[in-house]
Order: sequence, then structure tokens, then C-alpha cells
Amino acid sequence: MKKIISIFSLLFLAAGIATAQETVYPAKENKGRFFITNGTVHVGNGTVIENATIEVNNGKIVKVGTDVSASGTIVDAKGKHVYPGLILPSTDLGLKEIANGVRGSNDYTEIGEFNPNVRSITAYNTDSRVIGVLRSNGILLASVTPEGGSVSGSSSVVQLDAWNWEDAAYKMDAGIHVNMPSFINRFGRRGGGNIPPAILAQLGLGGGAGGADPSKAALEKVEEIKSFFRQAKAYLQEPTHKNTNLKFEAVKGLFNKTQKLFVHGDQVKQMLIAIDFAKEFGFDVVIVGGSESFQIADLLKQNNIAVILGQEHALPATEDDDIDQPFKTPAVLQKAGVLFALNDTHDEARYRNLSYNAGTAATYGLTKEQALQAITLNAAKILGVDDKTGSLEAGKDANIVIADGDILDMKSSSISAAFIQGRQVSLDNKQKQLYERYKYKYGIK
Amino acid sequence: MRKVKLLLSGLLFALLLQAQETFPVNGVADKREGCYAFTNATIVKDAQTTLNNATLVIRDGKIIAIGATGVTIPKDAVVIDCKDKYIYPSFIDIYTDYGIATPTREGAGGRGAGGGFNFNQPSQITSNTKGAYGWNQAIKPETDAYKQFSVDDAKAKTLRESGFGTVLSHVKDGIARGTGTVVTLANQNENLVMLKEKASAHYSFSRGTSTQSYPSSVMGSIALLRQTYLDAAWYKTKPAKEGTNLSLEAFNENQSLPQIFEGDDKWTDLRADRVGKEFGTQYIIKAGGNEYQRMKEIAATKATFILSLNFPQAMDVEDPNDARGVSLADMKHWELAPTNPAAFEKANVPFCLTSADLRDPKQFLTNLRKAIDMGLSETKALEALTKVPASLLGISDKVGSLEAGKLANFLITSGPVFASNTTILHNWVQGDKYAVKEDAWYDIKGTYNLTINTASGPVNYILDVKNATTANVIGKDTLTGRFTYDGKMVKLNFSTTPVRRPGGGAGFGGGGFGGRGGGGAAAAPAGPQFRLSGVANGNSWNGVGEDTVGNKLTWSATFNAAGTASAAGNTTGRLNNTTGRLAKVTYPFDGYGWEEGEAPKQEDLLIKNATVWTNEKDGKLENTDVLLKGGKIAKVGKNLSDANAKVIDATGKHVTAGIIDEHSHIAAASINEGGQSVTSEVRIGDNLNPEDINIYRQLSGGVTSSHILHGSANTIGGQTQLIKLRWGANDEDLKFKNWDPFIKFALGENVKRTTSQNNNRFPDTRMGVEEVLNDAFARAKDYEAAMKADPKGTHRDLELDALVEILNKKRFITCHSYVQSEITAAMLVGDKYGFKFNTFTHILEGYKVADKMKVHGSNASTFADWWYYKVEVTDAIAYNAAIMHKAGLNVCINSDDAEMARRLNQEAGKTVRYGGVSEEEALKMVTLNPAKALHVDDRVGSIKAGKDADVVIWSENPLSIYAKSEKTIVDGIVYWDREKDAEQRKKIAAERFRLIQKMINEKRTGGAGAVRPAEPSFQIILSCGDHEHKDGLYTIDIQEDETVNK
Repeated sequence: MKKIISIFSLLFLAAGIATAQETVYPAKENKGRFFITNGTVHVGNGTVIENATIEVNNGKIVKVGTDVSASGTIVDAKGKHVYPGLILPSTDLGLKEIANGVRGSNDYTEIGEFNPNVRSITAYNTDSRVIGVLRSNGILLASVTPEGGSVSGSSSVVQLDAWNWEDAAYKMDAGIHVNMPSFINRFGRRGGGNIPPAILAQLGLGGGAGGADPSKAALEKVEEIKSFFRQAKAYLQEPTHKNTNLKFEAVKGLFNKTQKLFVHGDQVKQMLIAIDFAKEFGFDVVIVGGSESFQIADLLKQNNIAVILGQEHALPATEDDDIDQPFKTPAVLQKAGVLFALNDTHDEARYRNLSYNAGTAATYGLTKEQALQAITLNAAKILGVDDKTGSLEAGKDANIVIADGDILDMKSSSISAAFIQGRQVSLDNKQKQLYERYKYKYGIK
Repeated sequence: MRKVKLLLSGLLFALLLQAQETFPVNGVADKREGCYAFTNATIVKDAQTTLNNATLVIRDGKIIAIGATGVTIPKDAVVIDCKDKYIYPSFIDIYTDYGIATPTREGAGGRGAGGGFNFNQPSQITSNTKGAYGWNQAIKPETDAYKQFSVDDAKAKTLRESGFGTVLSHVKDGIARGTGTVVTLANQNENLVMLKEKASAHYSFSRGTSTQSYPSSVMGSIALLRQTYLDAAWYKTKPAKEGTNLSLEAFNENQSLPQIFEGDDKWTDLRADRVGKEFGTQYIIKAGGNEYQRMKEIAATKATFILSLNFPQAMDVEDPNDARGVSLADMKHWELAPTNPAAFEKANVPFCLTSADLRDPKQFLTNLRKAIDMGLSETKALEALTKVPASLLGISDKVGSLEAGKLANFLITSGPVFASNTTILHNWVQGDKYAVKEDAWYDIKGTYNLTINTASGPVNYILDVKNATTANVIGKDTLTGRFTYDGKMVKLNFSTTPVRRPGGGAGFGGGGFGGRGGGGAAAAPAGPQFRLSGVANGNSWNGVGEDTVGNKLTWSATFNAAGTASAAGNTTGRLNNTTGRLAKVTYPFDGYGWEEGEAPKQEDLLIKNATVWTNEKDGKLENTDVLLKGGKIAKVGKNLSDANAKVIDATGKHVTAGIIDEHSHIAAASINEGGQSVTSEVRIGDNLNPEDINIYRQLSGGVTSSHILHGSANTIGGQTQLIKLRWGANDEDLKFKNWDPFIKFALGENVKRTTSQNNNRFPDTRMGVEEVLNDAFARAKDYEAAMKADPKGTHRDLELDALVEILNKKRFITCHSYVQSEITAAMLVGDKYGFKFNTFTHILEGYKVADKMKVHGSNASTFADWWYYKVEVTDAIAYNAAIMHKAGLNVCINSDDAEMARRLNQEAGKTVRYGGVSEEEALKMVTLNPAKALHVDDRVGSIKAGKDADVVIWSENPLSIYAKSEKTIVDGIVYWDREKDAEQRKKIAAERFRLIQKMINEKRTGGAGAVRPAEPSFQIILSCGDHEHKDGLYTIDIQEDETVNK
């Protein structure tokens, strides 16, 4: 128990004296052995073990179970719930600091249509103020993703407790990101008269090219993207080149399967094209967005296409849709056997509600453990890091979150400790510091 | 082409005939009286009176005699035999811009110029109109159509071909549009066609080509029009300070004319009618075509309507991906739009018909017949095109029926005008003939004995004429060739030996004699060929021709026997579309609306054995019953019983008061009036949209009341509206009755337009924001004093009226705010003028100044965990609500977001996590606390006997992520029922399927152009302009460019 106190006192010390995020330090490397005991362990693969102990040594999980004997440094998790570190599977975290009005703080969209060589990791800001807030909500890993153009660049998986991006890198350049053009006719005007034509015109949607076929333009764009990959493939057959092409070289990993192709799109036709990419090039394809994926779940399964769903807390796509359609889409994918992860892309809450997005999915058809898996092990699989993280299993990094209660439910989900690679990371952040500051001002306990 | 030339020369002739006395003649005077007698006709004098075998006599452009008997035909009359023909008064179109150049916007650039407020565009604060006119470019009552009018015969021709002879024309631009003029469609000098220079005054809520920033919203347009009525009344007192204001002068002058308002949508119609009634005016309302969806409300206006026949086209929905984007509402509207005129007739609402808005003006009669198929009576249709518009415009002495003394404006038709196979042959306007379809005057269908006099003697054939472009020549064989008849000239080209034509029958494909038109596809005829040309003179045709080798010849044809079916006089054959199954009008008009009679009703309900979160001193009660009676909570207690109440077993469930969203932007047509920094005159309540699907969606999240706020585009925004989520109600019934009115203020980045690179609107800093407040209330104080001293002599100002209400504690402020400096500054302005900031909303740095807010007496309404989406929320923390709560403030959690509003109970749950607020206090933050902030806690916000029965039954602890509302009850009416919703989904699927099949069928059977590409039914989500929203594929989030201006 004394050891326990010492672990936690470090945090209190930090909170007590710190008034700025600058004094929240990344934790030092975990050396030696410690145990997390007596917790309800949610493994992340669907299994729950009551009263279990996790043994961690040199940053790795050694054992998990009810038969693990603990000695030495012990973190008592009695009455608490123990989870794998949550993973934000596709995010602009560390690239976008303040979206509106502060252009200088934004590094998520590069100029140009084909930027596969652009690497998000090089701009990832480990000192983003958002990161500390996410850690304190149990999010310990993230896939930092560039946006913009047809091919946006490569994403990298990072762990959220680091001095700089090289330290943060968990898996570099794990994915290449493609934005699928839209197949929805945006030239329409509403027949029912609820949307006056002038509004649409003003938004660049109305009046214009009457009868313009959006599919045609979209398919042309798709062909352009495919053509890029066909040429890349040909280029990569030859080991040396008189003219180096960085863009082609950047997608090498797609062909040798060390990288996955992340296709961003919500519409059925966009997803069908994504399947086509998998077939033509043999890429490992992941769909990001996929709000309409509930319509083609079986096709996705047949073609082994994984999905990172967009913001779960979203309105239905159409006014006729079931009003809870986005809430129950995960259950449709689960039932069809599609590998999927949940995400939080909310720009105002800044991604802190990942576990509650999963909670909603659990309310609408998933089991709680399936919902948890969608933000842990499934995400790790999709990002290609399930050998290292995503579940509380022997051999994996000790990326562990301890919550006071059910992590999926806001009212019970206070996080009391978190470990990345066995390092107990600070749960302090700017918001907590301001909280302390004003509790002090008003004399609130 | 020749036909056109003929027609043109005829018109030129007519022009000469009626040249005015004061105009010099180039050449020899050629005065003609144009006396004609039309005999043997069926004359429809008006919708009630039909004369058989009657005669009509006209002279000098007027009718001089009409009757079945006793009409003497003047000797100098040209007699036209109208046997089998019908004569009707020509139609009147009361809503055109005929002869008026289309107004264009000047010097405008950029996206923002189209209408709405744009955070990124510079403002145009003043009018660009030169001259002694009013302050706003969209108010142009000084516009007189008669001064701009010039004859445009190309357009006139199109209208004449649809049967119109007289139109009211006005400049369709702006909010006050000036006067309209009545003209005929004769191709005469302007001097002669103008029947009434100023016949009407026109209005709309669209600022049109005005480039001025204000107004940029529906509610802004409403406010501007209301203010203009007040300004004009005041101008009558000749206030010295105003000088000469030609706009207000004209506005006043125009009041004596019929007042016509372009509504263009059922709700806009009602909004317009309310403005009219406020100022003692009954508008004639130009409808939008969807009025049948709210006929009860439309009828209650007692207005006369102008109905367009612009019915939507079917869409190509064969691809299910395309079909998906098309809403059931739009598909239903496609099916039901043609029932709109019939709905007016059924509801006994007077109306006119107009050709306005048609995609193709030639569709007028086709669509009118469709409307008749859908139940409009022919009598009403004719009245709507003649008598009703004539009497509205005070021109019944000239047009609208056929009587001696009136203009010779009439149609000659081949049969009853609304029958599907009738053609308009002539349209006579002011005594001039305009042929519409001369070739149909004679029904040439039938067989003729054709004799060709060749060098080797006569050759006989039977000519079997099907219509003006198709005929068979029958000799030994049925022969190929081409045939045309244009009313006078006949052309025939055929080969004497039959030739197989690909896919063709024996009929002569018509079109052009010289290889023009459809005949071009025919193979060149083989064998000897005749090319004949001649003149048809009734039953006897004569002409000349040539054979293949160039021998000249003559020919003649005489009528032998009539065709099997006569084209004229056919009154049967009306399609009866009403027999098929049609979509139901639902309230609201979308999938989740209620059918007539199926809307949920107020019930007495006994909710048994629940965990009841009372929000009162009893706290949370286990195993407790709640009795709802007559829309109120009657009793809370254990083991209640009531003989008449329906029992709902709520064992294991939680019952709370309905959620109240203090900050919402749903259910309105516009949200931001950003045209000026102070717009306290605008009112959200003027432009509610009770059909927003988000009302229903939010009911599913337990929301029962929402405070609909103006956006945050300006420091003093608009007046807000508290609503109850009565799904299916109309806009007025949506309102929360008897509440203390509120107004929205805003501080900080949005009002200083941080995202704009070129802001030119004051203020640009928080220093300026404070001064906008200071100045507004200084002006309000002065105004109040002036009003007291001299109520009649003081110019009434709606903007200042609202501010004076604040000073007098009759209106309360909810103020968008973020950082502590601006909050403090605002409260001090309040202190200076003696009013309170009732509520600070957003208030993400409220925790920094909670003590000051407590002293000032403000409520706080905030987000649970939003932060860091712009600089002013850098210090936002999730513990804000908890700190403010513990510092003694009344704290609410609001949505400001159509999606999150469905989960406000869970947002409240976050305060348990962030800052350790107790569960009961957390729930109050979305129920009782907003009720208090809004001054309605005497009626809603807790489970207490006597309060409104606004109650939610939750599947479990309402603060939990796992909680679902099973029933949401407003006024004792179960508006949301999870089980019923499941049924509704099935209905939607079935009805969508039916309509998609019907559209696909239309595509397959309707021929080319029957369908247009599928157009997704985008939903517009309005928001305050404060942050981004992610609202799904078929949604347009309007935050920067917010408008419903057309």
C-alpha cells in the first residue's frame, strides 16, 4: 500500500504545484516489475476477468489472470475497472491546434492533389494542449492523419506521452490516405420548397449545371487516382531510376503490405470503389467514415474491408432514416462480422468522448465488451499495431487505463491511472489546473 | 418557317390598323374598324353562362354584340364560321413580369452577395440607390412597372398560346416592389395595350438584387417591412427631419391598390399574412405550391391566393443510391402538387391561377388539365383565370367575361378548353387575331379522293389523312411519302411503289417537305414519285406538282368521309388520376408526420412504479406513481389510482421532467440577422419552421422545450422564441404560451468577425463591442423619454422598442459570451442602465467570474465539455458547470447543436464526472435550471402537481449513456413513443417503395424528358455560426451563410 501511495502522490504533487501544462512531464521509462491487482479486467477482446491481476515488467504485460501472485510494487485496482489504452484511430490531433481564426496553428492539410509523400508525423506536436485532456480520458494512442487532396499523405500511430514526435512514434507511416470524390449530386434543389433555390445557389449547390452527372466527375477523379497507383506500381518494379519520384516511392509499402490504404468516404459508391481498389491493387483497404456502411456490411465482410466509422454521435443522413441510425450502425457491422473501429472526430469536444461514442453503440446493439473492442483491439488491428497493443494480453505493451467505473458511461468513467509502455503517465492537464486554480479562488473543496 | 412569316405580316398589319391619332403615319392612312362576326359558336361568356350556336360581334377591339339569338351581323363584318368551335374569354395572368427587364444585381461579388449574412464578407451598410429614396435598397415602392414596361411579342406569344390575353406585370425584385400594371398581350404600341397603369402593389420577403447587407434573413425582411409600415405612417405627419423620402411617399400612395405578396411557401404565406393583418392590410398571396400541406391554416388567412402550376417533375430514382437521397416528403410532393388547386377549391379559398414559375411556359394548359384530373373543377379553373383576377384588379369592366362593351379578348378553341384533346386555335386580343394553331381550324382528318392529272391521263388514289402531318396514299398499295398541312398549304410527296421503311408503318411520317424534320429518316422513295403542292379550301384541294422526270402536272382532292373520331367536341376522355392511391398529407409533411386524425392526443396517464426524479425537495422517489390529467401533472405519490387514466407500467424505469434546451437553433427558417450590429427588431418567432425533423429527433432524446435563439453574428441579435416540441403543430401552436420574452446578445469573436480578413462593420474589437451596448442603451433611454414626452411626434422604432422593454424588465437577455473581460464589461453596462444580463450562454470562462455573475444575478448556460475550437475558448474547461454551480449560480447545460440536443441528459451526466456534481443536481441542469433561467419554472422543469405534464420515461438512470427515452410527453400528449416509432419506420419504407416504383414507371412510360436526375433532399441545419457541425451526408450546415432569402 505504501508503494501505491507513492505512485499516486507523484500526481498529486504535480497537480498541487503546477499552474501550467509546461510542468506536466512525460513519464520516465518503466524499468522493473509492478502489478495491478484486484481489478475487473476488460481484456479488450471480449473477455472480462473479475478480480484479476496484471503483471507488468519493463513496460510489457507479462501475465493477466486471477492466478497471478503480486508482490513488490502494487497498484490496487479493487473496485475499479481496468482497460487497454483507448486508441483514436484517425485524427488531426497534434496537427490542428485551434481550427478557427488561427491559421498558424494548423498543419493538417497540404496543398496539392497527390501528396502520398507528406508525412503527418513530422508535424505532430507532442505539446498540443489537447493531448493531456485525452490522456485523462483514457486515450493513450492515436493515428495522426493528414487531410486534403486526393491522396493526403501518410498517417502514423503515436503514443500520447512523449517529449517529441520521434519519441511519440509508435508505428511510422502506417497508412496512406485517399479521399474518395463525392458521388452525390450537389446541384439539386429541393422539390418540396423547404430549401429556397437561392440558398442552394449561394452555397454553390443550386441552379448550376442542370443534370450534371456527379458520378461522371467522380469516376474521372477515381481514374486519376488509380492511374497514379498503376504508374507507381510500374515505377516500383525497377530498383533504380534516373528521375526519382518521391510520390511513387512513398506508396511502396502499400504494394508490399507494410502499409494500408485508408479510403475516406461515407457513400455507398465511394465504398464500392474502395473495394475495387482492394481488388485491382491487392491493397489492404480500410474505409474511414463509412456512415452508409450499414447498407453494404456483407459486401465489406466478403471483401475483408475494415471500417473506421466516423463520429458516432451524428444525425441520420436523411430525414427518412431511422432517427438512431448512426447509433446502431456499429451493431450492423458487428453482426456481419466486419472488422470496425469507432472514432471521435468532434471538433468542439476535441475527441475526448471516444469512450462515450462507444457507449452509445453499446446502447444500440453492441455488447459493452464489443463496444470496448471497437476502440481498443479492433483499432489496433486496423492500424496494424495489435502485436503491441489493443488488449491486455501477455507480450503486449503495458498500455493500461484504470477507471473508477464503466469507462463507456460518462457518469462513472473517471480515470484514476494510466500507463503507456508501463510508464504511469500524468493525468494532469490544463483543464485540471484551471479547475484547481478556481477551486482555490472560491474555496471550493 | 413560312408559317411564321405569314403570321408576322399579319401582325404588322394589325399594328397599322390601330395607330393612335397623335402619331404621324408614314405613308397613306389606313384606318380600319376591324369588325368581325363569329357565328355558330359555343360561346362561354363566363364560367356560369354558355351560349350554344351563338354569335359574337366585335369592332374596334371591343365586343359590340353577343348572343344566341337576336344578334344582327353588321354588313361590314367579316364573318367567321365557328361551327363546332368554342369561344372563351381569354385568360388573365395576375403574376407576371411580362415586358419587364429582369432586374440584375449591380457591383456584387462573392458568395455572400446572394442573400445571407456571411461572416467573411465585408458589409454594405448603406443603400446604393441614388436619389431621394429610403435607407434600404430592398424597399423600392417607388418602382412603377408601367414606366418600365415595353411590349415583348416573343414572350406575349408564349402567353397567348397558353390562352392568356391580359396580364398584370410587375418588377419581381425586392421587399417592397412598387406597382404592377395591367396590359394586354396584343402586339400594339405600349400606349394601346396598357389597361391600368397602377393596378397593384407588390411585396416579398426577398431582398432580391439589393446588395445591402441588411436584411439577410427571413426574420430581418419581416422586421424591415414592419418598420417600413411604421416609417410610412410617421412620414405622413411630414416630419421635418426626414426631408423628402420618395420611397415612403410611394409606399403610402400604393396602399390604396390591391396588395400582392409573394409567399412562395405555405409557412411564408402565413408569415406574410400576419404582417399584413398587423397593419390592416389583407394581402393577396402568391402561393408556393405546397399549401395543400396546411390547408386549415391557409384557409384561416381569408386571403385570396395566386397559384402557380409548377408541378415538380419525377426523378430518376432507378439507382437505389440516387433514390436514397430523395426524401419521402419530396416524392410525396411530386405526387400531390397537382392537387394543390383542388385543395383550395375544397377548402373554399378563393384563388387565381398563374403561369409563373413554370419550367416550360408551354406546360400551362397541360398542368392545368393535370390539376383538373386531380379534382379541380373546370368552373373554378375558368373563374380563376378570368373573373377572380379581373375583379381583384378592378378591370372587370374590360376583361374577364364576354360581354358587349368589353375588350375583344377571347379564345377560339376546337372544343371545351380544359378537355385534354382540345387545342386553342386563335387567341384574339383587343380585336386582333393571333393564330395559335391555324392548321387545326379545319378538322382535316378523313379520306379524300385524290386525282393527279398526268400527261397520260388522271390517276386516282385515296388520300387518308390522319392529322396535319400524317397521311396514307392508297392505290394498289399503301404508299410511302411525306405529308404536311399548315392550315392552308398542303404538301405531299410520295412514291408510287411501296418501299419498306425501317421500323415504320405505312403512314407518312410528317414534318418537312424539303427533307426537314422527321421524314429525313425515310429511305429515298423508289420508282416514279410525285411531289405535290397546293391549297386546301375546305373540302376541296387543288394544286400543282411534278413527277420524277420533271413532268408538270396538276392535282385535286375532294373530301370523301370523315375520320373515325372527331377531334372537336370531345368532353370525355378525362384521365381520372384520383382513383389511384395517393400519398397522404401528414403533419408535418414528412415520413414521421401524423396522418389526419392519427396525431397523438392528450390523455390522462398514470405512470406506475417508477423511480421519479422530482427535482423538488422530495428528491428522487423510488416505486412512485405520477398521474397526468388534462395536460398537467395531477399527483405524485405511491399507489395512486385513477379510474379514467391509462396506466403505464414503469417498473424499473426512471421518470423525469422533460428536458429544456436553453440554447437551440432548430425549427426556424432563419437564425442569424447579421446585417447590422444591432438587430433587436428581428424575431425568431416570426419565422418558425414546425416541420424541422430535428423536433422529432429531439423528442426521442427527452427534450420537451427548446429556446430558439438568434445566432451570434452581431452584438444585439434578435428576439428569441421558447417553443414546446409539439410535433405536428403549426408555427403558432409550437410556441410556449405566456412566457417572458427574451432576446439574444453576443460578445467576442463572432460579433467582431474574427474569421473575416476584411471586416468593415463596427465593432472590430471587444472595446467596440462594449460600446455597441453602451450606445444602444443610451439611445434606448433617450427614445423612451422622447416617447413619454411626445408619443405621437416620436418616430416609432422597433429596434429601440425591444431595448426599452429590456430597460423595463419586460424582456430578458441571454448573452453569448466566452471570456471573462467581456462578461464583466457587459454586466457593468447592465448595471449602468439598470438591467440585468439574465443569462450568459456558452459562458465557458464563467468559472473565472462566477462570483461577479452571482452578484449581478445572472444564470449560466454552458456546454459540458467543449473547448479549444477558437482562441476565446482556450481556457474552457469541463469543470466550468461544476464550479459555477458550487459558486451558487443557476447552471444549465445546453446544446446549441441539433445532434447533441438528443443527448442532453448525458451531457448533464458529464458534470457528475467533471467536478462531482450530484446526480440530482446534474439532472436539474437540463430541466429545472433552464426552466428557472427562462422564468417558466412555475410550469415546467420538475415533477410537481400542477405543472405541465411534460414528462419523460427513461429506460434507466437518465444520466447514463445507456438511457433511452421510451416515452416523451408534452402537455400530456405522448409525442415520442419508441414502439410507435418502430411502426412509423415500416410505413416510411413502404411508402418510399411505392413512390420510387411510381417514379420508375414514369421514367419508363413517360418518354423523353419525363424525369430529371435525382436531386437529393438536402436538409439545412441552421446554427449560430459559432462552431462547426457534422450533420450527415444529405445535410447542409449553414453557419456562415445563413439565410432563407430567395
